[in-house]
Amino acid sequence: MTSQQQVQSLLKLDTKASKRSTLLLEQPVTRQRRDKVGLSSFAFLFAEMIRYSQNRVLGIQDLEAKLNELGQRVGVRVLELTMSREKIVRRETRVLQMLVYINSVVWRALFDKQADSLERSTENEDEYMITDNEPAILKYISVPREMASFSPGAFVSGVVEAIASCCQCPARVTSHVVPAEGMPLRTVILLKFDKEVMEREKRLESGK
Amino acid sequence: MSAKQYKTVGEEAWKNNVEKVNAELFIFTYGSLVVQLVKDYEDYTAVNKQLDKMGYNIGVRLIDDVLARTGLEKCADFHSTAEVISKVGFKVFLNITPSVQNWSSDGKEFSLIIDDNPLNDFCELPPRAVQDGLWYSNVFCGVIRGALEMMQMQTEVYFVRDVLHGADVSEIRVKLVKVLDEEVPANDE
Repeated sequence: MTSQQQVQSLLKLDTKASKRSTLLLEQPVTRQRRDKVGLSSFAFLFAEMIRYSQNRVLGIQDLEAKLNELGQRVGVRVLELTMSREKIVRRETRVLQMLVYINSVVWRALFDKQADSLERSTENEDEYMITDNEPAILKYISVPREMASFSPGAFVSGVVEAIASCCQCPARVTSHVVPAEGMPLRTVILLKFDKEVMEREKRLESGK
Repeated sequence: MSAKQYKTVGEEAWKNNVEKVNAELFIFTYGSLVVQLVKDYEDYTAVNKQLDKMGYNIGVRLIDDVLARTGLEKCADFHSTAEVISKVGFKVFLNITPSVQNWSSDGKEFSLIIDDNPLNDFCELPPRAVQDGLWYSNVFCGVIRGALEMMQMQTEVYFVRDVLHGADVSEIRVKLVKVLDEEVPANDE
């Protein structure tokens, strides 16, 4: 192909693709267009994502970091989408409001239910916990014994971390499996907010 | 079984026998994976290959899931295989039913036409990716290939056109290469 032909073919593709994307961008997002897919589809995909990530890292921490990264890209989009659906024009910037938003709106959008609890740590005041007693998406992931400390919920913590950071409340978010009676998969998402976030909160608090 | 009966099997299984998850979570997650692959490989052909490989790994496991949920038995011929893929497989996992078209005269090749691919929701490819031939949903090819291999059918499965490249519909070509003898499955990694 000469370079001119190349340019022409690229242009042709481009106009064809952009014609479609205009259609795509014109589609309303306010209502969910597609309701459900099979849970096993997600489980299979998720398992492959873990396997793929595992082949590229050395330890469990790195693996969780990789999954966290994969979750972050989901988080950013979910935040935008839920905000537009809830007709919210302003992001929550206060820690508590933001957490409530994640706990209710985001969880409902992703998992069709609210998270089971939202708590503040009694030991460290910059730590908050969101608990899901039965995370459906982790149901079919079984962790081998030699990786007992691995929590596949790292993907979900990535989602939460991205939202926190979009809301100007950056935090280190980790996920921990904390089984309880009859709830073997109970997962706690732990948010540890950055120092400046807590300082800002204090300032705003005292300003009132 | 006729195509219509397979359709019923798929719909029944979807309605009564399948746990479900929010479609958007699935769509975003897949998107995030593809972005990760593009970052890791920096080459669209390699991404296609990796997606196909991951699909294959999924396919060899997924086939059991299909059989368990639907109680279907081994297909008598390749025509019914095609019907099962479209009306049971795609239905149970993604709640779509691609149409089976363009049979070759020897009955060993057909196309699956997908006009409403869930993975394409919220997705737009950059011109560069289109030009370099990224098949965004290439995971499907691997899944079909892997699942059919478990049913002793060696196949070639590939995208012919894709809505994301500007086509009206997406088309996946499935070609039966040969029927394998019963044997221990090869290591799937």
